[in-house]
Amino acid sequence: MSTTARRRRRLAENVTAYGLLSAALVVFALFSWFPIVRGVVLSFQQVNFVDAPEWVGLENFELLFADPLFGVAWRNTLLFTGLALVFGFAIPFLTAVLLNELRHARAYFRLVVYLPVMLPPVVTALLWKWFYDPGPGLFNEGLRAVGLPGSAWLDSGDTAMLSLVLVSTWANMGSTTLIYLAALQTIPGDLYEAAELDGAGIWRRLWHVTVPQTRFVLLVLLLMQVVATMQVFTEPFVMTGGGPDDSTVTVLLLLYRYAFVYNDFGSASALSLLLFIALGVFSAAYVRITKRSAE
Amino acid sequence: MKSPRSRRVLVSLAAIGLVATVPACSGGSGEERSGDGRLKVSINGQPPQTQAFERMIFDQDVAEFEAAHPDIDLEPHEGFMEVESFSAKLAGGQLEDVYYVYFTDPAQIIARRQAADITDAVKDLPHVDQLQPQLLDVFRGEGGKLYGLPTANYSMGLVYSRPLFTRAGLDPDNPPRTWAEVRAAADKIAALGDGVVGYADFSKGNQGGWHLTAWLNSLGGQIARKEGDGWKADFNNDLGRTALDHLKQMRWTDDSMGSKQLLQDADAQRMMGAGQLGMYLAAPDNIPTLVKQFNGKYEDYGLAPVPEGRGTLIGGEGYMVNPKASPEKIKAGLTWIQWKYLNPDRFDSFTKRYADGQQPVGLPALPNPDIWTGALRDQQEAVKAKYANVPAQNYAAYLNASTTIKGHLEPPSAQQVYATLDTVMQAVLTDPAADPAALLSAAESKVNATLAQIR
Repeated sequence: MSTTARRRRRLAENVTAYGLLSAALVVFALFSWFPIVRGVVLSFQQVNFVDAPEWVGLENFELLFADPLFGVAWRNTLLFTGLALVFGFAIPFLTAVLLNELRHARAYFRLVVYLPVMLPPVVTALLWKWFYDPGPGLFNEGLRAVGLPGSAWLDSGDTAMLSLVLVSTWANMGSTTLIYLAALQTIPGDLYEAAELDGAGIWRRLWHVTVPQTRFVLLVLLLMQVVATMQVFTEPFVMTGGGPDDSTVTVLLLLYRYAFVYNDFGSASALSLLLFIALGVFSAAYVRITKRSAE
Repeated sequence: MKSPRSRRVLVSLAAIGLVATVPACSGGSGEERSGDGRLKVSINGQPPQTQAFERMIFDQDVAEFEAAHPDIDLEPHEGFMEVESFSAKLAGGQLEDVYYVYFTDPAQIIARRQAADITDAVKDLPHVDQLQPQLLDVFRGEGGKLYGLPTANYSMGLVYSRPLFTRAGLDPDNPPRTWAEVRAAADKIAALGDGVVGYADFSKGNQGGWHLTAWLNSLGGQIARKEGDGWKADFNNDLGRTALDHLKQMRWTDDSMGSKQLLQDADAQRMMGAGQLGMYLAAPDNIPTLVKQFNGKYEDYGLAPVPEGRGTLIGGEGYMVNPKASPEKIKAGLTWIQWKYLNPDRFDSFTKRYADGQQPVGLPALPNPDIWTGALRDQQEAVKAKYANVPAQNYAAYLNASTTIKGHLEPPSAQQVYATLDTVMQAVLTDPAADPAALLSAAESKVNATLAQIR
């Protein structure tokens, strides 16, 4: 049978599938792909939605590079990402190890760890805003109750970003912990037994058995977290508005300001294009690693 | 397994692209004519259902206007200015023919050519030439062209607690006129003890910058000055340092500002409503808020002109017209604005409805905004006095000074500028070792960078 005939037959067999797919493809094209392309084009234009768009070449990018907040936003975003990795990577991993060691009530603790994920992000942010209130907030009341001085939390440039990272970690650690837990449970028990027979203590077992066995999961989640945390928006938007003193202005918050506060859609598109490229690098690495781990 | 958060950048890119994909269509927002052949004009500024009285007034006015103008069909929409959705509405043909703006909006809207030029169209409107020129200037673009009309305004003054003045041995009918007098009065009020604060100022949510701007204006200064085509920061100077030094002395030397800082307007209103605060800078519209939301009494509050009185920060609201509207719609839209908001023939009936509805009358605010000059201002004042149901004499000092104090508009990119200056206010109010000169210098370069972004 010629390849053409085979191809035709396969097409005929799958015509229903393609038919069912077509609606989704049209919707994607209209509401996702086409606007993305349009957004890229917009990076090189200025629009006011009254007259025809005006081509401005690289002017939007020049304007961004001249904005002192541009550097600040990238620095803050990387700081958030770095802190989020320290907390959001280590804490869920250790939590998963602890859960894995539990003999009783494991299901209960799994549920407790996962609960915060079920809260809508804005609710989480508002809840923590009250925790952090420098006056009657939960944390400062607690600190004062044990005779410690309160902290300014979100009201000081020194502590605001760290405060946001804690919120983000608390809100998102449930999913990560469960993935680690699933990975830990695939490790054959005899490896631990062998290590134990060789006299390895808990830390050596963790280092020589657990970490190598979960290496791929760790790496994939690390990359996913980088991609996710570099797009931090909800926490600074709801909790600090980028303040105090621009210490929590992130790239996505700046993008939002350009588009919906300054109404400068060209520069906003240019900024999203830059972020898109930066994240593309991480995403490419993610795809390669997941491919390798699948093999 | 991929988190939906990781798609956010694509979503944002797509969202912006989506807004921009809508082709610019000609004509106003939708159909020109309604079914019965009347000219359809969409308007916003309709108060929400939750503000029952204001909503009732608005809806009655729409009905009355349509009865008086049988060829116009008004289509009212709830809502005011939402800068986040403005461009999307314009792109999607959803922006009203007549739309509401704050005084901080027109400069950028005009620069982006997103409002209709109404210079010729207003020539047929009565009374426009008797509006305060500085308010009309808010809506002017290059060559003095006019793009909108002011309908209400406010200027900063000093709100003070008459009972606390009395208790502290001060004369409530003779409020402080200078910052030195404010300082002395705050000191006496704070000496009452029991957590009473003499003077409060803000340092959070961009309101610190807003108040520093008002303070600077009161001394005759300004936050930004126009230089050629652009703007430059104008506060890193003696006036800026004077304001901050004075604030620092009140906060740390006199301890008359309380220890709880990082305040916003709602905090000061709560303190004032509870009888725990002597003075704060505010516009007259704060007084009904103190009464309605914070259990205050009208007779307890006085309103003085801003200390020193060498200038005052003004703000307000008005209406602009959709740039895609046809000349016919522009004319009809302006007819509505003039009839509803700028209409001396309705001063009396409009004010009476507020008085009958047990709403406060006698304040320099709705239903009697202080936007007129000359004979019309006198006419408005007479109507206000006729129906006054709040102690107007408590605000007389403010009102008498309001025509002579020079009004300053908010700086361009006001909110960003204020956000930067919040930091300055925060430092002075929370750190006894704060150095005003260094703070102003650091803020200057940031504000200059913000101002350089305007295009």
